[in-house]
Amino acid sequence: MTNTLEIDGLRLHLPGAARPVLAGIDLTVGARETVALVGESGSGKSLTSRSVLRLLPPGATTEGRVAVQGQDVLTMDAKQLRQLRTHTAAMIFQDPRAAINPLRRIGDFLTESLRLNADTPAQQADERAVRMLDAVGLGERVLRQYPGQLSGGMLQRVMIASALMGDPALILADEPTTALDVTTQAEVVGLLDDLRERFGTGLLFVTHDLGLAAAISDRVYVMYAGRIAETGPAEALFDRPRHPYTAALLRSTPRLDAPQGRLAAIKGQPPSLKEELTGCPFAARCPFATQACAEELPPHRPVPGEPDRLVACHHSDQLADQLAGSAAHD
Amino acid sequence: MTDVSDDQRVLEVAGLHRAFGSVQAVHDVSFCLARGGSLGIVGESGSGKTTTARIIVGLERADSGRVLVRGRDRSAAAGRGRGARLERAREVQMVFQDPFLSLDPRVTVGSVLRETLRLHVPEAKADHDRRVEELLDQVGLGAREAGAMPRQLSGGQRQRVAIARALAVEPAVLVLDEAVAALDVSVQAQILNLLADIRQDTGIGYLFITHDLGVVRCVTEDVVVMRHGRIVESGRTAEVLADPQHAYTRLLLDSVPRPGWNPKAIAVARRAL
Repeated sequence: MTNTLEIDGLRLHLPGAARPVLAGIDLTVGARETVALVGESGSGKSLTSRSVLRLLPPGATTEGRVAVQGQDVLTMDAKQLRQLRTHTAAMIFQDPRAAINPLRRIGDFLTESLRLNADTPAQQADERAVRMLDAVGLGERVLRQYPGQLSGGMLQRVMIASALMGDPALILADEPTTALDVTTQAEVVGLLDDLRERFGTGLLFVTHDLGLAAAISDRVYVMYAGRIAETGPAEALFDRPRHPYTAALLRSTPRLDAPQGRLAAIKGQPPSLKEELTGCPFAARCPFATQACAEELPPHRPVPGEPDRLVACHHSDQLADQLAGSAAHD
Repeated sequence: MTDVSDDQRVLEVAGLHRAFGSVQAVHDVSFCLARGGSLGIVGESGSGKTTTARIIVGLERADSGRVLVRGRDRSAAAGRGRGARLERAREVQMVFQDPFLSLDPRVTVGSVLRETLRLHVPEAKADHDRRVEELLDQVGLGAREAGAMPRQLSGGQRQRVAIARALAVEPAVLVLDEAVAALDVSVQAQILNLLADIRQDTGIGYLFITHDLGVVRCVTEDVVVMRHGRIVESGRTAEVLADPQHAYTRLLLDSVPRPGWNPKAIAVARRAL
């Protein structure tokens, strides 16, 4: 069976950048699977998810393949692309207030794409909108309301309902709960999980929140400076990180279950797009870095004994030894 | 909450009320902050935490209640002139969430700090250059950043500038309103460590407004939990987080994502509350 989403060797160049913004991304999402794409700002996680709908910045050039249900998005013509965005893949953005036209009623917003792109009669589109609003726990009267009359949490539900309108195979959620309160976040995440199960969609969840990624996803990809640093099942990856960046990120997060005291901040900043990179992009901030890291780009290699995990680090085994050592101390 | 004797209190808030129309944004809020202490105010949107902070800073007026800094009433009607206003500003300073919005895009970092010094300590003019250098050094910035415009700096560097500007007048209390919420975790950790160092070195008191319980645990000693304008629970941070007494505090704690997390149960608990 083909995966719902398959990204192979995606490279993306932007004018003015000294290196590719995405430098060879390989990523898959299966049907009914929740996959988290984790990284800090500038890592390229949002660009990766947007490239699935070919929502690329002006001047961007791409190489590689981005296939949704076997069809390459990067080579589609305008008609196929419209079909993709209406029916096959849908995106939920971070800030629903910025993504929904404040001057139009919710009903218009929900049915617009079906009426315009799929020639669905208005009444049929309305009926679907009512069903989808019901699925996200909102009543029919919302159809006639304006965005300003709804709370942030309710509006994000509208956003999710709109993503479901075309019965997509894949939902791309780009920080969908970052603008919400924590208790609302729980509600929206629970809802997304329910819907994924019920409609059999694949879910690519883009987030900077490691705790959230660990809590909701089957598999995780960690991105750094336009590359996948590490990938694997969520539990194994967060329990036993094999890339120094993942390990450092976990240690610098103020968690409720971490030891008290100073946080282990990561020194320095991610490399700027104006710098060319030779070798490992994390080398300048990495405690394990050696000469090899500065010169040679580490390839993705399977983690010994864990065939479903890949890591791009020359010193992954050292990190494993260190973590095993500190665990033995505890 | 820790018992703080009168002369140990750097900030005391007593019986604050503030209504916007029919909405009670802040309802009978009282707490105090010990000298050199760190107090967190936790809550969601609409809890009244930001309105409380704005009243303390003086950006918002309270309908009733008192705010005392070092035992002196800030809301006293007597202090309406320019001098009194500047003096109030020297007592309490604020760092906002988004350093992009709180810094003038056309003014270099060095000039931002010099302007603050010129306004508050004009008599020490000869000393300003040295003081600017000292402030930048305190927040881990150097001469290169002093000449930079805000847009040339990263989010973390801009937040360092905002902290340096707040420290320039040597305030007794620093109010940090979601000051690390917009930063990436690796940068957030740098800023939280920096804030801990500054407090240790200067004895400044922090009022930390945040929705993030991990941050609260990391940087505060006492905490106040607010909901719908009221304080629902308060106490030592470690105790409140380990053994929450109020159902809403428990809900907030349960809402923090972790492996094995059950978002649906939280949604049910939230509706029951």
